[in-house]
Amino acid sequence: MSTTSAFNDEKGGSSSAGEPEYGHDPASGGIFSSDYKRHDDLKEMLDSNKDSLKLEAMKRIVAMIARGKNASDLFPAVVKNVACKNIEVKKLVYVYLVRYAEEQQDLALLSISTFQRGLKDPNQLIRASALRVLSSIRVTIIVPIMMLAIKEAASDMSPYVRKTAAHAIPKLYSLDPEQKDQLIEVIEKLLADKTTLVAGSVVMAFEEVCPERIDLIHKNYRKLCNLLIDVEEWGQVVIINMLTRYARTQFLNPNINESLLEEGGEKAFYGSDDEDDDDEEKKAEAAALAKRKPYVMDPDHRLLLRNTKPLLQSRNAAVVMAVAQLYFHLAPKAEVGVIAKALVRLMRSHSEVQYVVLQNVATMTIKRRGMFEPYLKSFYIRSTDPTQIKILKLEVLTNLANETNISTILREFQTYIKSMDKDFVAATIQAIGRCATNIGEVRDTCLNGLVQLLSNRDELVVAESVVVIKKLLQMQPEQHSDIIKHMAKLTDNIQVPMARASILWLIGEYCEHVPKIAPDVLRKMAKSFTNEEDIVKLQILNLAAKLYLTNSKQTKLLTQYVLNLAKYDQNYDIRDRARFIRQLIVPTDKSGALSKYAKKLFLALKPAPVLESPFKDRDHFQLGSLSHLLNAKAGGYQELPDWPESAPDPSVRNVEVPEWTKCTSRKERKEKKVEKPFYSDSEGESGPTESADSESDTGSGSESGSEESGSGSESEESEEESESEEEEEDEEDERTKKKKKIEKSKPKKPESAESDQSSGEEQKRNRKVVKERRSGSESESEEESESESSESESESEEESESDTDIKKKKKAAPSKPPPKQTKKESKKETKEMSLLDLDDFDPTPSPQVTPVNNFLSSSLVADLEGLSLTDTVLAPTTIAPSSSVRMYELLHRITGEGLAVEYCFSRQPFSPDPHMVAVQIQFTNNTSSESKSLHIEDPKLQSGMRIKEFPEIELLPAGESVNVVMGIDFCDSTQAANFQLCTHTRKFFVSIQPPVGELMVPAFLTENEFKKEQETLLHGQLMGMNEISEKLNLGEKCQSDHAIVERVTAKANLSRVPCGSEKENSPPLPPPPVSSPVSRFAGKTVSSGSLVLVTVARKEGGGAQLTVNCEKMVIGTMLVKDILQALTQ
Amino acid sequence: MIHSLFLINNSGDIFLEKHWKSVISRSVCDYFFEAQEKAGEPDNVPPVIRTPHHYLINIYREKIFFVSVIQTEVPPLFVIEFLHRVAEMFQDYFGECSEVTIKDNLVIVYELLEEMLDNGFPLATESNILKEMIKPPTILRSMVNTITGSSNLGATLPTGQLSTIPWRRADVKYTNNEAYFDVVEEIDAILDKSGTTVFAEIQGVIDACVKLSGMPDLTLSFMNPRLLDDVSFHPCVRFKRWESERVLSFIPPDGNFRLMSYHVNAQNLVAIPVYVKQNISFFESGSSGRLDITVGPKQTMGKTVECVLVTIHMPKVVLSANLTATQGTYTYDPVTKILVWDIGKLNQQKLPNLKGSLSLQSGAPKPEENPSLNIDLKIQQLAISGLKVNRLDMYVEKYKPFKGVKYVTKAGKFQVRT
Repeated sequence: MSTTSAFNDEKGGSSSAGEPEYGHDPASGGIFSSDYKRHDDLKEMLDSNKDSLKLEAMKRIVAMIARGKNASDLFPAVVKNVACKNIEVKKLVYVYLVRYAEEQQDLALLSISTFQRGLKDPNQLIRASALRVLSSIRVTIIVPIMMLAIKEAASDMSPYVRKTAAHAIPKLYSLDPEQKDQLIEVIEKLLADKTTLVAGSVVMAFEEVCPERIDLIHKNYRKLCNLLIDVEEWGQVVIINMLTRYARTQFLNPNINESLLEEGGEKAFYGSDDEDDDDEEKKAEAAALAKRKPYVMDPDHRLLLRNTKPLLQSRNAAVVMAVAQLYFHLAPKAEVGVIAKALVRLMRSHSEVQYVVLQNVATMTIKRRGMFEPYLKSFYIRSTDPTQIKILKLEVLTNLANETNISTILREFQTYIKSMDKDFVAATIQAIGRCATNIGEVRDTCLNGLVQLLSNRDELVVAESVVVIKKLLQMQPEQHSDIIKHMAKLTDNIQVPMARASILWLIGEYCEHVPKIAPDVLRKMAKSFTNEEDIVKLQILNLAAKLYLTNSKQTKLLTQYVLNLAKYDQNYDIRDRARFIRQLIVPTDKSGALSKYAKKLFLALKPAPVLESPFKDRDHFQLGSLSHLLNAKAGGYQELPDWPESAPDPSVRNVEVPEWTKCTSRKERKEKKVEKPFYSDSEGESGPTESADSESDTGSGSESGSEESGSGSESEESEEESESEEEEEDEEDERTKKKKKIEKSKPKKPESAESDQSSGEEQKRNRKVVKERRSGSESESEEESESESSESESESEEESESDTDIKKKKKAAPSKPPPKQTKKESKKETKEMSLLDLDDFDPTPSPQVTPVNNFLSSSLVADLEGLSLTDTVLAPTTIAPSSSVRMYELLHRITGEGLAVEYCFSRQPFSPDPHMVAVQIQFTNNTSSESKSLHIEDPKLQSGMRIKEFPEIELLPAGESVNVVMGIDFCDSTQAANFQLCTHTRKFFVSIQPPVGELMVPAFLTENEFKKEQETLLHGQLMGMNEISEKLNLGEKCQSDHAIVERVTAKANLSRVPCGSEKENSPPLPPPPVSSPVSRFAGKTVSSGSLVLVTVARKEGGGAQLTVNCEKMVIGTMLVKDILQALTQ
Repeated sequence: MIHSLFLINNSGDIFLEKHWKSVISRSVCDYFFEAQEKAGEPDNVPPVIRTPHHYLINIYREKIFFVSVIQTEVPPLFVIEFLHRVAEMFQDYFGECSEVTIKDNLVIVYELLEEMLDNGFPLATESNILKEMIKPPTILRSMVNTITGSSNLGATLPTGQLSTIPWRRADVKYTNNEAYFDVVEEIDAILDKSGTTVFAEIQGVIDACVKLSGMPDLTLSFMNPRLLDDVSFHPCVRFKRWESERVLSFIPPDGNFRLMSYHVNAQNLVAIPVYVKQNISFFESGSSGRLDITVGPKQTMGKTVECVLVTIHMPKVVLSANLTATQGTYTYDPVTKILVWDIGKLNQQKLPNLKGSLSLQSGAPKPEENPSLNIDLKIQQLAISGLKVNRLDMYVEKYKPFKGVKYVTKAGKFQVRT
């Protein structure tokens, strides 16, 4: 140590002699001539009582440290001040202590008690800073104290202290590796931590201490994936790199079937349905079928890919690179492309970043060229780029070259050759050579181009060209004897040894193509032999030997001469070669059997060299790593494991709370939202970020298409918050109001008594209502049953269920009894529109008749409507929403300043235009004043969509409701129709988004017609495109035929195809013959009238097959999804 | 991870060293000096240098080499990105990142480095947090410090570190609440000899200067967000809102920061605001050459092109230049062989022209390649891609902030091949 510090001191001193001095730092430099005296002065200041003097002294000392000067002899004086009250002095003392404690271990112990006291401080920041300094002091004696402190801090209340504990773990480990086992325990504990603050640091500790203990990650895998986006950027890098390795050990290679698909693509593609029936079977035969079975991605694997993708947008280059390497190593081939754009973006950054990124891109382009092809031009070289960047770009361009873009690339190369940067030019010539070898079509062009370069004035360029030409010629020498001749002439001018050697080798090798010139070249060379470089001499010897063997008449003497010269050369290599060749080619009595084979030895056919990228096969290093960059294993590098043959048990990642079952995306989202506050800081500072984030969750959710979309964003937000348990006053108000309303709405019901129960329960239920509405669909089937059974029956059922539903809700059972809101609706409705009370039409529910009845009822309603309103056909009609119809919110009462608007798809034909979907809108004026002139303005529609507005409502008195009908032609898409809803005072932006099931009208087909249509659809031009099949397990409540029909018709506006008997007598082609009942449903899309055919074939044991035939693929797919959801719950 | 850091100036003095683990002798830098010598230009020093026991990862910024010492595997970009953050932090604190300012503020620099890394792993890299702990020096404060003997270390503890929004410091108060956004676009282009575009793209950034009290929640929306092809954000931007609604929703850091950077869709043709007519030729005999350059406005959307600057790296054999410029001034540095022509504003009527002869080293062969021209320019009040900010809304806070958006177009790496 002492030598080091002495060295430091010396060096520091010498360097400071020439430096300008710092005005405020008289301690350095020449003012105090001797170190002894200077330090005396500082000691005095440190011993004084004044904080300001101490501070000044400490500042000087720290400045000394910073410049690498030795200040170790001040240790006793400084360490005394560790307990100084002044926080500024204290911090500087810490800096000093951490720097010198290692050298002065005994004295450093004096400070320990101060830190131990600090560890107990009520202020979390002081605790953290004490731990930080304590763990940074590299003194072996205090290892037990550190261990204790870390353990304690790991269970500290404050996440910040826990983070510091995580940081301390690798410090202790490097000090004393013996502690590994205990430290792993702490790591395990901290890995379970749920705050973003800790996650990055603990994973870093994991990577340094026990990267091999991959088993510790299992339980935390999903949490880490979900937290990732909120972790600070440096932590993200570490976590992503670790998860890449983890995924490599736990999941199957997503590209395993690549080759298989290419061979028998169709078979594997369409056969997929038959093969993935049930899980147990799969597991048992996994190994055997691994090759044959289509690959199914583990949902956890998908989770990782999905959650890392947004990070490609990070401003931090290291994060982007980490995600890029994760995708490169883990993603299915088709998805890797997303990283290209982000990597190209990094190329705009600092040149060091460019350097690293280009290295990685170069490796990637070898494996997946297509990915970067669109960005070819981004790799074009500027004359201002540093040479190392130019050469890397060149490498990438060469890797990207193929038949289609080679002409562009070569044109670009042509400009590079003229560059002033000669190293770069040489690299370009080599790149041209590589393009020429890889792409046969341009070989001649390249060769000609290179030959032209031979007349270049710059010798380096010529030399490089010669070397490359030599390599190219080796591929097809016969055709290019003129080039060889040309090159032979060059020997007079070219001085670069490598180039001369190449030319000589070429002439020797192909001397039969240039029989006249070769001996002459040898003559010249013999003349200049003594002045040549060694490699050239060797090639002269080779040339001589080859000529002697082929043309001994002309060259015998020359060869002898050259050999004699070589015999006395200074270089023993050359002398050896000469002796060896002489023995081999000149036949003497002593020469052995070998000379017979001389010709074979020298003139054997030599394989052409393969010009390949230096980045080939570099991808066995994890991309983005130091080892990859250096192409050599760096210390501490963790190998990227190979994919396992068969996937290890995925259940190890299951956490006690079953937060991840294979569920629909929507449910997942819902859960995530609930989790959010759970994961966020326990400090309660969730703040606007959190809520806004979850808000945007729903925003992105609307992509799924079937989401309810009526409510404006603000109302959504408020719901959001009520859900996330943020007790805000408004919220509370709203809730109580809601509660009152509910109570009001059904005063006679027995339930009203129940609703008087504790408000907590009520709140929960309200929240449930919100959830129900958002999740948007499951309830319908229940509603349906409600409508069919008698009113009282449904009520009693409800009652019984509402007693238990809270408990059930906790178990996250997705299908729940109808939410109060809807119930309220239906009830209100039956009161108001007694004339059209659907219950009148309701016969006793029997499985056979129900579907027909269902269709009947709606058509009867339509008939009635037509009858009663024939005189006002043009005026869109007002129909009470049948109780089977779900209401969606268009404008929330709060947002609408008292005006509440709800809408539903009444499933009535819209008389003014049969291509429009009828949307019934209910306005309720909750204010105390009347609203006037309600109308629609400024519709913003996707192309092709149309709106038929409802007639303006002139007056809506306070407290009243009114129903109107408008028509929307959605063009058979689930795009939302956006428009403004205007009152005389305000305008509201609203949008209506239809569930896919509402985009169709029932079509009435017989069974035979149905089968015929299905067949025509199937055997049309696009075979198979019109059919989507899914296997499913029917939910508990829809085992019966009756329930299936209910749920399907609730989900989609279809009519059931009546069939003669329940049993299938003549099995249709698809689906395959089954003995179980088959239900069929038919409909047409509203806009285009395309047929929609749905078949549900039930099997034993609760299984079923759902088949949807529809020309419109999108509609079909979405419909399958919706029905599947309805049936599985 | 990061073991030590050395700051080295151009003449090879190590003027600062900081160790986060045990001390590593500065003799390790000899390997760096070796590599530096081999590379010649500072740009060509390989960012990663391998030594027998360590790896040196370095960056070169503002004429300073930041050389970090690494012992084990670590993603190189991690270190490089961090070092750039350090440089940016110095810039943020001292106004510029130079050897002089670093030496002047040695204690603050040291304290900053101490806070930014813990055991070599980044701890606090957000300027808002650091500023809460270590106050940046101002003239007033350094005067007060010398009189009262206090320092720049914050007496309060950094609560920002505990928050879920680590980029914003707590309790911000301003009397004038302002939020300014600069949309700066750069045109990267390569034009060939005939003036056709070989490659052109637009890269943009939105730099913000937000001085708002409290915890404002801002939403910035664009008229035409579809223009943006590729984006990267400050961590404060809520990515999901962008995904679903194409708006930037964020709680801003306090002060200056880069909100986003973007790339404009490649399909859109890039409007090149100037054209260059050039003719540079060298003669075999007489060791001289001729140069004739004219610059004129092309697609400028009715705005004036300002600050036009043409830079030419001449071949080594060019000894001097004897030119006349119809507008602006030119300088030729015979040592670095750089010819700079500062034109200033482009005039539609009278096109600026630079014409004259170049004298070459006698006897030397004429250069084979003509030097390429690098162009700088600036257009105020125009984002060349047509990107427009629609509106800025503020939530949570009640006051009315003053808002402003400025557009500038610049030339990025704009090169004309000759």
